[in-house]
Amino acid sequence: MDARIGIRNTKSILFKSFIIFLAFVVTLPLIIVLLYIIKQGVMQVNWHFLTHVPAPEGEKGGGIANALVGSLLIVGMSSLVAIPVGILAGIYLSENPGTKLAYYSGLCVDILQGVPSIVMGIVVYFWIVKPFGFSAISGSIALAIMMLPIVIRSTEQTLLLLPPSLKEAALSLGVPYHRVILKVIVPCGFAGILSGIILSIARIIGETAPLLFTALGSNYLSTNVTGAMESLPHLIFTYATSPYDDQHDLAWGASFILLMFVLILNIVTKLITRKWKIQL
Amino acid sequence: MENTVVSATNFNAWFGDNHVVKDVTINIEKNQCVAVMGPSGCGKTTFLRCINRMHELIPGATAKGSMKLYSDEIYTMNPIYVRYKIGMVFQRPNPFPNLSIYDNVIAGYKLNGLKVPKADLDNIVQKSLTSAALWNEVKDSLHKKGTFLSGGQQQRLCIARAIAMEPEVILFDEPTSALDPISTSSVEQLFHELKEKYTLIIVTHNMQQAARVSDKTAFFYVGELVEFDDTKQMFTAPSDVRTQNYITGRFS
Amino acid sequence: MDKNKRLDLSYSQMKWETIFKRILSVMSAIIVIVVAGVLITLVVESWPSIKSLGIGYLWGKVWDPVNNIYGAYPFLIGTLLTSFTALIISIPFSYAIAIYLGEYNPKGWLSDLLKNTIELIAAVPSIIYGFWALFVLVPVVRSLETKIHVAPYGVGVFTASLVLAVMIIPYAAALGTSLIRMVPSPLKEGAYALGATRFEVIRSVILPYTRSGLFAGILLSLGRALGETMAVTVLIGNTSAIANTFKDIFFGPGNTMASVIANEFAEADHALYLSALIELGLVLFFVTVIINLIGKRIITRYTNN
Repeated sequence: MDARIGIRNTKSILFKSFIIFLAFVVTLPLIIVLLYIIKQGVMQVNWHFLTHVPAPEGEKGGGIANALVGSLLIVGMSSLVAIPVGILAGIYLSENPGTKLAYYSGLCVDILQGVPSIVMGIVVYFWIVKPFGFSAISGSIALAIMMLPIVIRSTEQTLLLLPPSLKEAALSLGVPYHRVILKVIVPCGFAGILSGIILSIARIIGETAPLLFTALGSNYLSTNVTGAMESLPHLIFTYATSPYDDQHDLAWGASFILLMFVLILNIVTKLITRKWKIQL
Repeated sequence: MENTVVSATNFNAWFGDNHVVKDVTINIEKNQCVAVMGPSGCGKTTFLRCINRMHELIPGATAKGSMKLYSDEIYTMNPIYVRYKIGMVFQRPNPFPNLSIYDNVIAGYKLNGLKVPKADLDNIVQKSLTSAALWNEVKDSLHKKGTFLSGGQQQRLCIARAIAMEPEVILFDEPTSALDPISTSSVEQLFHELKEKYTLIIVTHNMQQAARVSDKTAFFYVGELVEFDDTKQMFTAPSDVRTQNYITGRFS
Repeated sequence: MDKNKRLDLSYSQMKWETIFKRILSVMSAIIVIVVAGVLITLVVESWPSIKSLGIGYLWGKVWDPVNNIYGAYPFLIGTLLTSFTALIISIPFSYAIAIYLGEYNPKGWLSDLLKNTIELIAAVPSIIYGFWALFVLVPVVRSLETKIHVAPYGVGVFTASLVLAVMIIPYAAALGTSLIRMVPSPLKEGAYALGATRFEVIRSVILPYTRSGLFAGILLSLGRALGETMAVTVLIGNTSAIANTFKDIFFGPGNTMASVIANEFAEADHALYLSALIELGLVLFFVTVIINLIGKRIITRYTNN
């Protein structure tokens, strides 16, 4: 009897060790990737790197200013579209649960969340690029559509958690509906909505596939949003697969910058959610 | 009847198919404190929420019949204007967590975008907080968040917020049910002072409270207004057997 | 404040109320319109291919744009092989994380640290994984391939699957963690009271109780794997021909639906070619959407119970 208990206990302990081993071993690839990117990338980054466009093929030097400016512009424009639409749609979903529109809209948010980014790229190609040509705007539209589900869901979840008494208090003071929402409900859920927005930006800033056939890429520093534009992930893709070592170096530097953006955005989200104790 | 402030005539309210307020007729006079009581689910809160048209905000909720503020039909008035004129205090204190104490008091002005000079606002804040017996406790921390106050203080802040709009009537929906005994008595104390300026309608499930604070009491039972009379009369010699059963604790 | 001023204001506010409510509905409707637009665009643009190639397109074994022959079979195989290999590799790890964070160590700094680190795995852009793997993992795989006597391409289905496996772990792990935390403690305590060890409680109480939820997590991971584009495009070697033996298919270069679109969309120079590529996108859209919706449905059913 004692022996059997002993065996069972040993089994239990072995299993636990095995689980712990597997769980922590997963962090290894991430750590290896991060360290490698940092090691390869940090040497590339200097003022020159940030302020110059890539040198012609086969030449040393140059930088990623075009991709940096492009990424910021493209992501900025995406946010301009996706944040208001996402917040308002999220408000609708939290305010009108049970309506037909809310049902279909919620379903479509779930669908959008699952659409592969490459598919979004080809669809926006037909919507905007085919009639108007390659442009930063078309890339922004594709990315904005990818942001929407995250902004909508985080807004909806945040607002659903607010006590209904808050809305009643404002309504009982004769405050009209739109002011109740915009001046009471949204400010009270501000932290949750904000962290959703930051998370969605972190998610799209590294997206490459939707930009392949939309913003395309360009070797020049451009702020013309109706023309083709370079972006960090797209630059990494083109230079990673090129045969020139100098271009690989640019890609490592760009990867480092992109990684830093993503890390910082994620940490900011974590800090916000921790400070205001939000569950996303 | 020129003293009548709120009057309902054959008033009905529904949640979907559920008939919760049945054919209620009642006249409430100026500067009185009226308690509305009855067992839970009797329609008293719904009736209260019909007076300032909060009932209709719930999906599927409907109302029919005449409800007047003085001589104006409430249900043809602009609901926003109705709520300016008829303030409300809720079961649980619900100050706006994103606003300071000061801003909470003038929330009705601020959130409505009404432009009022700063000096007037200061005046309104002091007057309202004084009327709500809260001024002395918070005058040094007006710019702290309202949610830092104790439950009883928060509820008085909510009363101040309602007073600030200078309403004719203030509705109270079980205003002390979430408060401790000491806070409860401080709020009850207030009722006596408030009714000098306003008409108060208080929903309560606490009979002692109704007896303590009200001039008149309305007894609701399964959606009907069973009896409406002077509180003293009602508690000593109720005319309806259902009222009597309720008061003597045969059911709750 | 006089009465009339307030009255006027309240009427203008009423107008804004209606406008605002309408704006909310319109914004919500936009989402439906976008999704409908995506679907319609994919169907319309792939129509020439659907019409002229028929259903046989899906199992046509040859993809030869030069001679105008289009068969999706190589990409279906490539997609399924990479995704399921990645899934099989990832499952033990996702489950281990879910069990560790859900049952062994649900609170505390170590648990938080691991949880945040796992979430970070999903945050790193896929192109960065691809780039890293191309320079670090591919040489390693190449030397491994030499040892086991297969053609040492380095890039290929196997390499892509390895990277993909890491990338999809967080999805199943996060869902699994929250579901295991939701297991009612009376259930567990009941088993402990009967003298069960922790392992036995996990095996016979927690895992059976969370089975459908964990399955949903796997579906979400699978949905990610099927649609993942950039890392795979960089690593899979981009060959549309199918090798003869499974070993060569598995270790050799291939293509997935997503990677062939990424590679060939820009150079598709005639209508049928382009249309055939978009039909791949349509298939990918349907498959990922269905998998995701089933996963979501299971989760909602599970969390509502």
